[in-house]
Amino acid sequence: MTAVLQLLLVVLTAPLLLGVITRTKAIVAGRRGQPLLQAYYDLGKLLRKETVLSSTTTWVFLAGPAVAVVVPLLASLLLPLAGPRAPLAFTGDLILFVYLFALSRFFTTAAALDTGSAFEGMGVAREITFAALAEPALFFGLLALARISGSLSLSQLLTVDGTSWHKASAALVLIIASWFIVLLAENSRVPFDDPNTHLELTMIHEVMVLDHSGPAFGLILYGSALKLFVFSALIADVALPRTGNPLIDAAATLGAVLVIGVVIGLVESSMARLRLVRVPQLLIAASLVAGFAVVLVLR
Amino acid sequence: MSAILVIVGVALCMASGLPSLVTRRASVVTTVLIVAGGVTGLIGAVLGLTWGTAGLSLPWHIPGGALAIRVDALSAFFLAPVFLLAGAGGLYADRYWPAARMRAGYVRAFFGLMAGALALVMCAANTILFLAAWEVVAVSSFFLIATEHEQAESRSAAWIYITASHVATLALFAIVVLLHGVTHTWAFVPLAAGTGAIPVGQALLCLAFIAFGIKAGLMPFHIWLPGAHAAAPSHVSAVMSGVGIKMGVYGLVRLLSLFDAVPSAFGTTLLLAGIASSILGVAFAIAQHDLKRLLAYHSIENIGIIVTGLGIGVVAQTHGQPLLAVLGYAGALLHVWNHGLFKALLFLSAGAAIHSAHTREIDRMGGLARRMPWTAAAFLIGAVAITGLPPLNGFVSEWLLYVAGFTSITGSPHGGPALILVLVVPALALTGALALACFVKAFGTVFLGAPRSEAASDASEVPATMRAATVPLILGCAAIGLLPALFGPLLSRAVHAAAPRLPMPATFTALLQPIQDSALVIAGIAIAAVLTLLAVTRRAATALTWDCGYAEPTSRMQYTASSTARGVVGLFGWAMRPVIHAPRPFTLFPSAAAFESHVPDTVLDRALLPALRGARWVLGFARYFQHGRMQLYLLYLGVTLVALLAWSAR
Repeated sequence: MTAVLQLLLVVLTAPLLLGVITRTKAIVAGRRGQPLLQAYYDLGKLLRKETVLSSTTTWVFLAGPAVAVVVPLLASLLLPLAGPRAPLAFTGDLILFVYLFALSRFFTTAAALDTGSAFEGMGVAREITFAALAEPALFFGLLALARISGSLSLSQLLTVDGTSWHKASAALVLIIASWFIVLLAENSRVPFDDPNTHLELTMIHEVMVLDHSGPAFGLILYGSALKLFVFSALIADVALPRTGNPLIDAAATLGAVLVIGVVIGLVESSMARLRLVRVPQLLIAASLVAGFAVVLVLR
Repeated sequence: MSAILVIVGVALCMASGLPSLVTRRASVVTTVLIVAGGVTGLIGAVLGLTWGTAGLSLPWHIPGGALAIRVDALSAFFLAPVFLLAGAGGLYADRYWPAARMRAGYVRAFFGLMAGALALVMCAANTILFLAAWEVVAVSSFFLIATEHEQAESRSAAWIYITASHVATLALFAIVVLLHGVTHTWAFVPLAAGTGAIPVGQALLCLAFIAFGIKAGLMPFHIWLPGAHAAAPSHVSAVMSGVGIKMGVYGLVRLLSLFDAVPSAFGTTLLLAGIASSILGVAFAIAQHDLKRLLAYHSIENIGIIVTGLGIGVVAQTHGQPLLAVLGYAGALLHVWNHGLFKALLFLSAGAAIHSAHTREIDRMGGLARRMPWTAAAFLIGAVAITGLPPLNGFVSEWLLYVAGFTSITGSPHGGPALILVLVVPALALTGALALACFVKAFGTVFLGAPRSEAASDASEVPATMRAATVPLILGCAAIGLLPALFGPLLSRAVHAAAPRLPMPATFTALLQPIQDSALVIAGIAIAAVLTLLAVTRRAATALTWDCGYAEPTSRMQYTASSTARGVVGLFGWAMRPVIHAPRPFTLFPSAAAFESHVPDTVLDRALLPALRGARWVLGFARYFQHGRMQLYLLYLGVTLVALLAWSAR
């Protein structure tokens, strides 16, 4: 029952998050902006379009979008979004959570290289370098949370209650800050990548999907919305307490995720994209912040 | 029963090459013999794992030696991949190195000899037999690396290999003698309590680190590995990388199992050496442009992961945390199997690609997936497995090590000495992410995109026997990845044999069951999604790559492998120190320019070889005594004689 509710929450409201971010940026810029449900209209439009495939590509090209949608859905099943326990919970599921996203990254980058295009290769080169630096930050945060909660399952790690905030509030704040930077990096948001630009010199994720069209491109759009939702839900779970009532918890998660969307919109409006040489420095800084959180909880 | 099957397997493997030496038409006989040997030995190893210990002993005329083998759970665990890879490699070699090619009999003979001797090393109960089999493996590997000795690269790789191998053998001689001094037998018997603390025990451990570290390819002893595995024929590289280097791991585990208490400094050394090997190994791998050298550096990375697991086991055992120790040993041992499987798979499919494209350079291949779909699929499965992605087998062993790392921080009360194990988690994370980068680069540049050379555009799929040789490896990767709980009991028996003083772990099946369920779910849903999308777009139109509107894309416009790797090479420039040749034209009008970069092995080319050259210069002063004048030589004799007489008459 809670599993169905959680799945519906993720599947139906993920594109709304994209709309919230765009609307926030528009308001800050003094414009009216797109409708909140624009992402849904885009998905509908793309599903009706025809697909054109490049003659250089093989089946790997279509495996990219397929895996990019399946992975965030499966990863969301590992998170406790509607209640104190995730639908799929076991000891050590936190490692599976991170490695599922590595699986989607492998197939997305392989699909990009399949086209034999210089732009996609450029995106792949940048993506694999920055992802290598973002992983340790995620794991340091998980180490600190494991120490605070004494458990190896995301359902216990993330079900924060008042005692955790009393015990280790500094560490939790550091973890949230570090994971927010990882969220921006993994989901190609400013300051790592500008989702609205189509200048090849500045793209990372946008450039990897240049040759997709039609339903496959719709799946990519939907997959990126799901991934953003899952990462935001991860951060929301660290910050929010759980009541135990599935509906209240699901609503609270949705609310927190939309608030994170507003924050992402504000960050995107107030910063420019970083020079690419600065990106590794920021990611290593995020790892160090999370590492410091581990040091704090070890005392 | 298992011991008899293993000995029959060894004999069949060793004898398999002899018919090919006699006549060219016997290559079918050779293939049948080695596959039969592999199957027999594999059955024997599986029986040894499931039924129990079995032994066999025959008299031997060497003083102290006995042809004694003992197939206990640990030996059987290491024997299984040896025989599987020997059979697969032998089947592959049937068409990869056909009888018409030069030195076919030589390759088959030494391959069989090496495989049989490897199996003997893993099950030898007598230390003299262990040493003899070790040397046979080393020498036959030397001859196999030097197969194409017309090329300078093969010759130099073979010389470096045999030098490093003999340093290891010298240390192994010392270990055997010291063991005899402590136990007074020429067999692997448990050492007396407290041996780890006395100088003899510590000397044994240091020598073991050197001998088995060199053989396993642990940094900084890895200098022989990239050249050797790149120069050898592909099926030989598969066996050498898959199980040859596990000889070092086996020796280390066997020796550690004889001690009752290992000093924690040794465990920490293992842990740090393992972490350094894994991170630096994969960093160097990304910088390579020779496909087989890239795979060889990945072997160094995975040996680092295995030794990290062993380090976790030893450190946790020393600090009285049996659960952690069991997890560490289990992860390390399962990774021995996993690495054997996916590395052999990668070498065999890479060998097929190299065979078809007639080059080892990644940047001369490309687009091979359209011409060789089966090989590309096999390489893809190997790449997903080696990166440690669910739902394949690499994820299961790395997961066990991650759980050990996380448990060390949740379990220990107040920041105790076992906290060094926390380093394992970020190290494994960085290694995994870099391995993903490297294999995306390798798979993408070799198999995807457009062909970058004439040979690549004319490549054709390899014969059926070469493809069939990869099937058991693919099935093994899928089985361990999708059904890990099935292998739980076998793993726990092997862990118990490796660390007899730990309580017998009974919880692997329960621990691995959720991984099994989630792997099946992931695999099922992902495959269904891909197939659905392929079916939906089956009748899609095709066109040239849009590429932002370029009208005439050529294959030269694609990103090269070095460009893809440039970001990571830049991050690790302090360790790799790439050599770049970029002569810039300083003329008024455009003229030719070039760019070339390569990454030499830091330890070999920047540390060891300069040090040896310096030593040779210093020792060159001894040449002043080698002038060739007989009178002065007689004077040396006279002076030495007088000095000895004076000294003995004191």
